[in-house]
Amino acid sequence: MSMEFAYIALLLGTLIVLALPMGRYIAKVFNGEPTRVTPLFRPVERAFYRMAGVDETREMSWRSYVSALLIFNTFGLAAVFLLQELQGFLPFNPQNLGAVRWDTALNTAVSFTTNTNWQAYSGELTMSYLTQMLGLTVQNFLSAAVGLSAAMAVIRGFTRKNAATLGNFWVDLTRSVLYLLLPLALIWALLFASQGVIQTLGPYVIAHTLEGGEQVISIGPVASQEAIKLLGTNGGGFFNANSAHPFENPTPLTNFLQVLAMLLIAASLPFAFGALVNNPRQGWAIFAAMFILYLMGLGLALWAEGQGSPLLEKLGVEGGVNMEGKEVRFGIVPSVLFAQSTTVTSDGAVNSMHDSMMPLAGLVLLFNMVIGEVIFGGVGVGLIGIFFYAIMTMFLAGLMIGRTPELFGKKLEPFEMRMAVIGLLAPSIVLLMLAGLAIVLPQGLFSLNNGGPHALTEILYAFASACGNNGSAFAGLNANTTFYNLTLALAMLVGRFATILPALAIAGSLAAKRIVPASTATFPVASPLFVIMLVGTVIIVGALTFFPVFVLGPILEHLMMQAGRTF
Amino acid sequence: MFEFAKEIRPAVILFMAFTLLTGLAYPLFITGIVQTTMPAKAEGSLIVVDGRIVGSELIGQTFQSPGYFHGRPSYVNYSANGSGASNLGPTSARLMKEVSQRIDQVRRENRLSTDQSVPADLVLTSGSGLDPHISRQGAIEQVARVAGARGLKHSTVQALVDKNVEPAMLGILGQERVNVLRLNLALDEAKRES
Repeated sequence: MSMEFAYIALLLGTLIVLALPMGRYIAKVFNGEPTRVTPLFRPVERAFYRMAGVDETREMSWRSYVSALLIFNTFGLAAVFLLQELQGFLPFNPQNLGAVRWDTALNTAVSFTTNTNWQAYSGELTMSYLTQMLGLTVQNFLSAAVGLSAAMAVIRGFTRKNAATLGNFWVDLTRSVLYLLLPLALIWALLFASQGVIQTLGPYVIAHTLEGGEQVISIGPVASQEAIKLLGTNGGGFFNANSAHPFENPTPLTNFLQVLAMLLIAASLPFAFGALVNNPRQGWAIFAAMFILYLMGLGLALWAEGQGSPLLEKLGVEGGVNMEGKEVRFGIVPSVLFAQSTTVTSDGAVNSMHDSMMPLAGLVLLFNMVIGEVIFGGVGVGLIGIFFYAIMTMFLAGLMIGRTPELFGKKLEPFEMRMAVIGLLAPSIVLLMLAGLAIVLPQGLFSLNNGGPHALTEILYAFASACGNNGSAFAGLNANTTFYNLTLALAMLVGRFATILPALAIAGSLAAKRIVPASTATFPVASPLFVIMLVGTVIIVGALTFFPVFVLGPILEHLMMQAGRTF
Repeated sequence: MFEFAKEIRPAVILFMAFTLLTGLAYPLFITGIVQTTMPAKAEGSLIVVDGRIVGSELIGQTFQSPGYFHGRPSYVNYSANGSGASNLGPTSARLMKEVSQRIDQVRRENRLSTDQSVPADLVLTSGSGLDPHISRQGAIEQVARVAGARGLKHSTVQALVDKNVEPAMLGILGQERVNVLRLNLALDEAKRES
């Protein structure tokens, strides 16, 4: 057990040690201040602006910023869709894979442009190398860059006063890729490759096994996609089994690096925020709230999974250890740590099958997603999500002391509240309505792989994953049907844009306000009290919205399992 | 107001530029580096015996004969071009039935008593369906059977297992495990030498 604590401590320690300087670096990059690597990337950056006719000094109002963001995403979506339809005629397709079915292709295009990376398809059987690289890998970079840009614009809403603008989308986007995502991806891809993650463009290998059989082994350009899949909190695997596949995640060390990569940028952003508002303690306060929520969930999930299964134990499985859906090279604790990290960050990669986890561990994963992916969260959008909760927290605090709420020196008025509530509740409402629809329609029930309360959880998990832009799955559900492809695509769009657009609207409104100087009556944001209230608000909002369905799904299943019932 | 027209040119050009940079230049650059510096790993850590590819060190394969160590049960029968898992939940009746059958089989094949519990990895399917490893305990349970089938001494086979245990990295990363294909190749090797 102590070894396992050492593993977790090493991981989280490394994370904090890296996130602090990374946060300061991110702040400098987006402020346009010089860094040590600026001379390296600056010429490329300027070349990009010249080609595209971007004037980097041009400032955008929040509406212009939204326009640019939406139009950019539209092109991305169309490109991924077309690549899948045309891959049969294009190069880098040694397996001669044909066009992808239209609803699957649409779902995939939405999925990768919204940073969800929900995968209705099986990678090695469906996508050509060209589609994987030119379509999916590109969106892995760009969807993360869009999220990061939006977060930077939102932060400017707090830092600027009496201003009409939030920065330039094209500049933020370009810097996200050139200064952050691409250099990190290069490092991670080479680290992965050195451990045995494959990187090749050759055709699939045919092996003659020791027992005289034939084994066709899928290969491909995996390391390059794997790196950005985790760093950009994307999560779309090259292979169907995702990070459980030995070519994606061959050793305990790659597994460690994968968890670190998922958390790294998202955990750096609170520190970047602290640097940008010139008050590192505010960054620490937000990080602390996220970290506390992370540890609470991790603790419960580890306990639930560590108990093992009473049903398996009764059958004669040693200790009832739940190795179903898990890999021997990882074992229980690193699998749970991965699952917790992938659901809090909206990454959605999996190194074990969440569908087969203990009911209460599954509950934790669900909770991480339905609260809107704010425990670190997706690159950029996690910070945006926690701002919604922070606004809500200050509103509650304001009600208690009878004062107009303020956050980071800005007065919060009805417009900001309305937008924050839309950002928090719109994805939840869509989630519950679509999941409800799936439960009453035969098209929804037809896809189930499990019975009893677990079936409800399977459906709920799919929509939670889509609305949270997570992309992991209770993968027993056959989601590659027209019904699920279309409803989940809708859920992903709402989850993404009902978060980013209200946040930018809030930022636009806040930027125009003056900054209220802190007085003795100001609620101190960089205080333990704020951290506790923020944690409490996240838990209460999440619990109030989803408690009934949690009871009917995972909690009921847990009780049934204890009673020895199967379905 | 919202101004879409003005942003079309930067959107198109930057999208194309980033597509070429991150979708072609980046993966091809990585491919180039990895293929020149570590070609064996880049191609999938393939194992070649007598000029034939017998498999990948990282990918499990089916073993059923009594003279080989058996890997974990696989939901996709170790088809390495279609990875996948059962995704059966913790209260699935089907899972319980399948596990129960596998436990019987493991006990029968290895002549274990009917009340002896069985290592989890031998009777529960992996996440990828391609897990190349079993636990040390999972290998030890099979030593007697393999030695018997091959006419080798128990201690010889046991020594091979011990030699093939991969330890946890730095003592904390990952758990102790045995690569089944490597171990079985070592068994074949031992036969040739004797």
